[in-house]
Amino acid sequence: MDRLDPRARADIYGQRINRAPYAWRVRSVPYASIMLGSILPVLLIADVMPLLPSLGFLMLLGWRMVRPGLLPLWAGAPLGAFDDLVSGQPFGCAILFWSLAMIAIEMIETRFPWRGFWQDWFTAGGMAVIYWLATLLLSGAPVTPEMFLVALPQAVLSILLYPILARMVAGLDRFRLARARRID
Amino acid sequence: MAPPSSRRSGFSKKAQFSQFAGYLLAGGFAFLGLSLLLLSLWQPAAFAPMRGVAGEVVTPVGTGAAVARTQSDGVLANIAAYFQAGSQNAALREEMEIARIRLAEAEAVKAENRRLKGLLGLADAPVKPVATARLVGSTATSIRRHAYLGAGSSSGVEPGMPVLSERGVIGRVLEVGRNSARVLLLADSESVLPVRRAKDDVIAFAEGRGDGLLRVRLVNLGINPLKVGDLMVTSGAGGYYRPGVAVAVISRITPDGGIASLVAEPSATNYVVVEPVHQSVAVTALTPGAESYTPPPAAPSAYQGASGE
Repeated sequence: MDRLDPRARADIYGQRINRAPYAWRVRSVPYASIMLGSILPVLLIADVMPLLPSLGFLMLLGWRMVRPGLLPLWAGAPLGAFDDLVSGQPFGCAILFWSLAMIAIEMIETRFPWRGFWQDWFTAGGMAVIYWLATLLLSGAPVTPEMFLVALPQAVLSILLYPILARMVAGLDRFRLARARRID
Repeated sequence: MAPPSSRRSGFSKKAQFSQFAGYLLAGGFAFLGLSLLLLSLWQPAAFAPMRGVAGEVVTPVGTGAAVARTQSDGVLANIAAYFQAGSQNAALREEMEIARIRLAEAEAVKAENRRLKGLLGLADAPVKPVATARLVGSTATSIRRHAYLGAGSSSGVEPGMPVLSERGVIGRVLEVGRNSARVLLLADSESVLPVRRAKDDVIAFAEGRGDGLLRVRLVNLGINPLKVGDLMVTSGAGGYYRPGVAVAVISRITPDGGIASLVAEPSATNYVVVEPVHQSVAVTALTPGAESYTPPPAAPSAYQGASGE
């Protein structure tokens, strides 16, 4: 008998027969990647101005937009608490704004159930800019006019980075659901 | 992507309740976040122990990144130097001649200084650094300019201690974990440092502007004696820093002082030293509630009180 093409029984997550995804990967990848997004900017030494937008927040938006319904509604709070510990903002800042962002997206989604990429980008961009302004004003330090000038690139970057991060999230999602475990 | 249909609760009581509970929980957490935010804006040091624990996690990763950063800095500098080698060589030779002369002059001044101090009966013991460590990270997403240091209370680092590089002042220790510490950099808009001009006794405050530059405000207003290119050094007022450490160079003159750029840039440092508080007895006496020392909000006022403004 001719062997069938092995790809015939596979999809983007791998072979379908005799394989299953790892349970720990399915659960942990979204949270781990968002926390990694919080930690990564810490490794840079910024002595003049903020160098990167809050990657943790953008990753949260990415996961929420690319996989609706995966993160529970309250997931912004524990992830935000972790971000607060390393970001330099006063503790509670990210807990508040990440929670509000999750609620806001939920309400936008109820209003517009079918969304496209451009609408996602618009929503994420708007939220990133609001978050940028809020963190700037509530940083716990006196606000000077120069601050807005040096932080402006951060706002622009946070809008431009969203599509790239959304693609990364999609890639991470394929990794998360890849059927890498063999069932014997 | 359309939301999955499982999110429509329909007639299922269980689905309706769990959706409601989700909203309730998220709203509750948002409210909790708001109250924590207000608390930490009111008492910035309130969550320092938790941040200390997080710092412990970040520090080992950051140490690796710091090594890579200093090495790659070296590579880039080498390439740049290769292209400018000829003209730089001539310029450097000329500069070294002048520096030798100045060094000889400085030696003479140093000798005279020692003699005069001997006459006065003053003796400054050489300062022994508390710890030597790398800057392992910073808050690169926030407008605050904090850095993480790879040494903590286990090496004797305490809040308030000055952090110096080989070029000059970097900042001040703000919070301490066991093996990591958080440093308030000079460029942070909450940082205030009493300075004086290196060549005479024009005293001023150097405040961070939040954009990497310092605003130098003169204490005695009147005719502004500052010039572009003047070096500002620590004056020693307030008791945290020992006097005479380089801080910043004036780059622009304003009516009440000037705008200065930093001498020691944190990103260009390899190792930094943590020195003990210069006049710890005076600082303790000046700090209200000496046992429970709260660094950020109390420190600037302590400076201003100390310099008699």
